[in-house]
Amino acid sequence: MTSVVTLHELRIREEIDIVHVRQTVREVAVSVGFSLVEQTKLVTAASELARNTLKHGRGGTAQVELEKHDGSTVVRLVFRDEGPGIPDTELALTDGYSSAGGLGLGLSGARRLADEFDLHTTPGEGTTVSVGFRAGRAAT
Amino acid sequence: MSATSVIEMGDVLLVTVQGELTDHDAVALQQDLAANVAERSSRGVLIDVSGMEIVDSFLARTLHDIAAATELLAAKTVIVGMRPEVAITLVELGLTLPGLATALTVADGLAEFGDGVRPL
Amino acid sequence: MIAGTNQTVRDGLTEFLKIRRGDIERAWAATPVFTSKRPADAAEECAELLSGIRQVIETGTEEDPSADGFSAVRTVLGSLASRSAGGPSGSDRPDVTVLKAPLLRLWGEQGHDEDVTNAGALALSTAINTLRIAVLEIELSAGADTILSQRQQLTELSTPVIKLWDGILAIPLIGTLDSSRGQAATEALLQQIVAQQARVAILDITGVTAVDTLVAQHLLKTAMAARLMGAECVISGIRPQIAQTMVQLGIDLGEVATRATLADAFSHALRKIGMAITRSDNEPGR
Repeated sequence: MTSVVTLHELRIREEIDIVHVRQTVREVAVSVGFSLVEQTKLVTAASELARNTLKHGRGGTAQVELEKHDGSTVVRLVFRDEGPGIPDTELALTDGYSSAGGLGLGLSGARRLADEFDLHTTPGEGTTVSVGFRAGRAAT
Repeated sequence: MSATSVIEMGDVLLVTVQGELTDHDAVALQQDLAANVAERSSRGVLIDVSGMEIVDSFLARTLHDIAAATELLAAKTVIVGMRPEVAITLVELGLTLPGLATALTVADGLAEFGDGVRPL
Repeated sequence: MIAGTNQTVRDGLTEFLKIRRGDIERAWAATPVFTSKRPADAAEECAELLSGIRQVIETGTEEDPSADGFSAVRTVLGSLASRSAGGPSGSDRPDVTVLKAPLLRLWGEQGHDEDVTNAGALALSTAINTLRIAVLEIELSAGADTILSQRQQLTELSTPVIKLWDGILAIPLIGTLDSSRGQAATEALLQQIVAQQARVAILDITGVTAVDTLVAQHLLKTAMAARLMGAECVISGIRPQIAQTMVQLGIDLGEVATRATLADAFSHALRKIGMAITRSDNEPGR
């Protein structure tokens, strides 16, 4: 049986919101029993993607969902913006490619940290990035 | 929200970063440090990150830039006390920060600057 | 509920299981399933088993392994299952189907009509067959639990972090490194680097059976994470054939220090923390 619950819906309008996203995601990770390493990976990915939403997407929302599939728990983060979109996703997912003066690891880094990664973008309409993190991989 | 302190230990600056750092805080820290090092002709900067729960690519870039800037001012930057989970995540992100000096403890970090500096 | 097992048959069976209880229990206790038990225990288990069978016959649930009658005797089934799991496998091991023959023989002695006798025999056979399935289910789930707990133990066992000297740690990796064991090893090592303030950590892969690109990448990541924390990683125990495979696979450990043996890595580590090894000038034995 699969159940999906949306726990939080956060706005990303200014820099301090990135910190709010990190804190909220940390609380969720702790509450579902993620190990310290799992928590850190999740929060770091959230930070990268929230910054992307703010800087590239001109702001948007972050949704924190909890999915349960018979016994296993997935924390899913969905970042949505109505910004300019990503013209070349292939290029945006390349290490070191940056359009905002970062290290160019926002998207590709988040993809590497996550267990599941999904990207939808339409030029001129916006971008949706979804990442899933499973708990307790070491204990399976 | 974040508490960043800068202490002068002889000719080394000890920077302690704690809590949640916004991107703005990070940039401000970078600028402060460059000004400080130039003004006091410091030999080095120790950045104690043991209180940081995450280091994302923006913060990693800031640390890297601080090191590069202090080097131009003839000083050395050493990152001290990074937590295991933060180190694992950075490596997973693909950020191995080559060339950045690191140390386990503040005492080890001070030793990197050779004689003339003693831990308090 | 078995079609055709009408109430007359069920009543007859219930009556039979009640009246001939003593005979059935004695016959069962003599079967290989129970002969290895102390007689008192065997008698008690036979009685419990029989009351379970009577319950499923009464309620017409003899086809359902999860029926109340079967779960009421779950402890007895569990002891039967563990006996067969610990004992020899295959046809040698006591099987609850041997309980069927004495039961049917005693039922036949009841002298019912042929129709009733046959229908009753069918119901009793079904009950014993289902009992066997219930025992198998318990065996299987016990097996799965064992596998799970052994895997957990293996993960813990395979990641001992050893202190070689003040500030020097070693982790001997053994067997196959899958991703969960590799992760556990990395996390244990990095935690101990902090806890023991170790400046050098030795990853010894003498006992690792194969190094593929994934394992090599994992070793490399561990070394890089240790460096970010301010410690150095040395990889030791790369056997000649593993070194050759690594070269063929194009694996490059980059700037990570490697040594042929744990001893070489240890002396490297000692130098690294400022220790020197010298031969004592004292005479032997002094």
